[in-house]
Amino acid sequence: MPTFLEFEKPIAELESKIEELRHLSDAGDINIAEEVGRLQAKADRLLRQTYGRLTPWQKTLVARHPERPHFSDYVQALMEDFTPLAGDRAFADDHAIVGGLGRFRDHSIVLIGHEKGQDTASRVAHNFGMARPEGYRKAQRLMELADRFRLPVITLVDTPGAYPGVDAEARGQAQAIARCIETCLRIRVPLVSAIIGEGGSGGAIALAAGNRVLMLEHAVYSVISPEGCASILWRSADQAKEAAEALKLTADDLLRLGVIDDVVPEPLGGAHRARAQTINALGDALEAALRELKEGDPATLRSRRREKFLEMGEGRLS
Amino acid sequence: MSWLNNFVRPKLQALVRKTEVPDNLWEKCPSCGQMIFHRELEANLRVCPHCGHHMRIGVLRRMEMLFDDGRYQRLELPRTDPDPLKFRDQKRYSDRLREAQGRTNEQDALIVAHGTMGGAQTVVAAFNFAFMAGSMGSAVGGGLIAAARLAVAQQAPLIVIPASGGARMQEGILSLMQMPRSIIAIDEVKEAGLPYIVVLTDPTTGGVSASFAMLGDIALAEPGAVIGFAGARVIEGTVREKLPEGFQRAEYLRDHGMVDIVVSRPELRQTLIRIIRLLHNPQPPAVVEPPATTAAEAFNGRSRPSNGSE
Repeated sequence: MPTFLEFEKPIAELESKIEELRHLSDAGDINIAEEVGRLQAKADRLLRQTYGRLTPWQKTLVARHPERPHFSDYVQALMEDFTPLAGDRAFADDHAIVGGLGRFRDHSIVLIGHEKGQDTASRVAHNFGMARPEGYRKAQRLMELADRFRLPVITLVDTPGAYPGVDAEARGQAQAIARCIETCLRIRVPLVSAIIGEGGSGGAIALAAGNRVLMLEHAVYSVISPEGCASILWRSADQAKEAAEALKLTADDLLRLGVIDDVVPEPLGGAHRARAQTINALGDALEAALRELKEGDPATLRSRRREKFLEMGEGRLS
Repeated sequence: MSWLNNFVRPKLQALVRKTEVPDNLWEKCPSCGQMIFHRELEANLRVCPHCGHHMRIGVLRRMEMLFDDGRYQRLELPRTDPDPLKFRDQKRYSDRLREAQGRTNEQDALIVAHGTMGGAQTVVAAFNFAFMAGSMGSAVGGGLIAAARLAVAQQAPLIVIPASGGARMQEGILSLMQMPRSIIAIDEVKEAGLPYIVVLTDPTTGGVSASFAMLGDIALAEPGAVIGFAGARVIEGTVREKLPEGFQRAEYLRDHGMVDIVVSRPELRQTLIRIIRLLHNPQPPAVVEPPATTAAEAFNGRSRPSNGSE
């Protein structure tokens, strides 16, 4: 059973009606086929209308949709010989961040990303994509490995945020994130990041200080979750909708603010309706970004990336 | 005992206290509850003389206590677009900003100063917690870049003293982007071979702790300061259990390997001077000429008795 979001209910109702009629029309009744066609057109129109003007809060819900393609789906569809590498060589292997070597469209690369999991058991195993310090330290290690062997790095960002737990704090969550950002900014190989779902705060930027930052059309990327922001500034998480508006967390907003470099369109109805198509579209965009960066020499790749982030928030008054 | 003790005496005392001792002359220590006379508290750098609790100290007082003879020059910081998102919650961000500016008489939450410490040219960037909880937006990020570049130009060490709740969410994603931005800034100091020292003060959390604040060559912390990534209430809500004793305090971070030394405020200046001397034999600075005695003293690496300002 597919999951429908609250605002998708009218579409869901139409689609289940169509499904019922299709079942009946197995006998080949012309009238029913016509009715199905009419309803299908209506459903498509409704889908187009709904997804053509998603509010920032609706996008937040789409970005968190449980059937949205996750890290492992991209690995399966886009990577050959993917070889996951485990551990931070200090404490543990964190399953909220997965990474390894593999071949992406004939390039040998290092791929790192957050994994949220796709059912209850795997969600718990991956801690819902909320990494602990050892996850960020594994990411640092893999980026340094890529740097040493001159392999481009792709990161896929999809996290509600870094894990807020006693153990994570005890092992230096803040320091691990800081060092991870520093590593992103220091390596001398191409770094392309894509926000594929939720870009949640420090846990997201830890992997996203790239030469190119791409974002799927309905992904969100923010300094704080709309609920968190609302509970602080409105003193109630109920104002999450307003907070989502105010935070400017959609791909279009972020492109306008110069924080991301490109928006990758999603198929009609969002990534969860056409997973393979979404994954391929992102694959093409990642390949194009890597091709642009291939020519850059190591020092330039690093300095361009740093110049880009140095300018963020510089404003127009200076 | 009687109405005289329970009713008349407190009333009389209240009357007397109001006229003779205005509230602001005495401050109650939030830790031990003792009343401290304001002059004594200030002379003790806002450290409780009874229990050693470190209260927050004003950013200008902080600068004064660090530099030789309390003398320093301030660096004018670049102006940025004050409200890039046109952010509005129950209040406009631009109004909040103006209020904070009016109340503190400062443009934003970071102050950058330079002068000598133990005779050595030093740049200090300190957060003003009174300005929107010391939160980091584009102006603070820009200020850290300016501080780092001044340190490189003067071939001086950079000391950063955060006192901040984290990123300024009213600047949305641009406040998050100050994390990489500030890290690049302090990296310029490191690449120039100059010491980058952080003094973690209460509080250092969120996006500030998860960026430049945790990347010091040396990390000092003030006793009892709250330092961490996630807020205690958020963690409590996640793990649904009581947090351990002293959790996210300076001493806890030291015991968990995240901080080099917990230094009490009265000893901070001398500790910084000692570390800078040991790390860094200053070459003649590019911009400011130090007194000749200072260079010789630094070269010999000898410490001298503290001067009158401490």
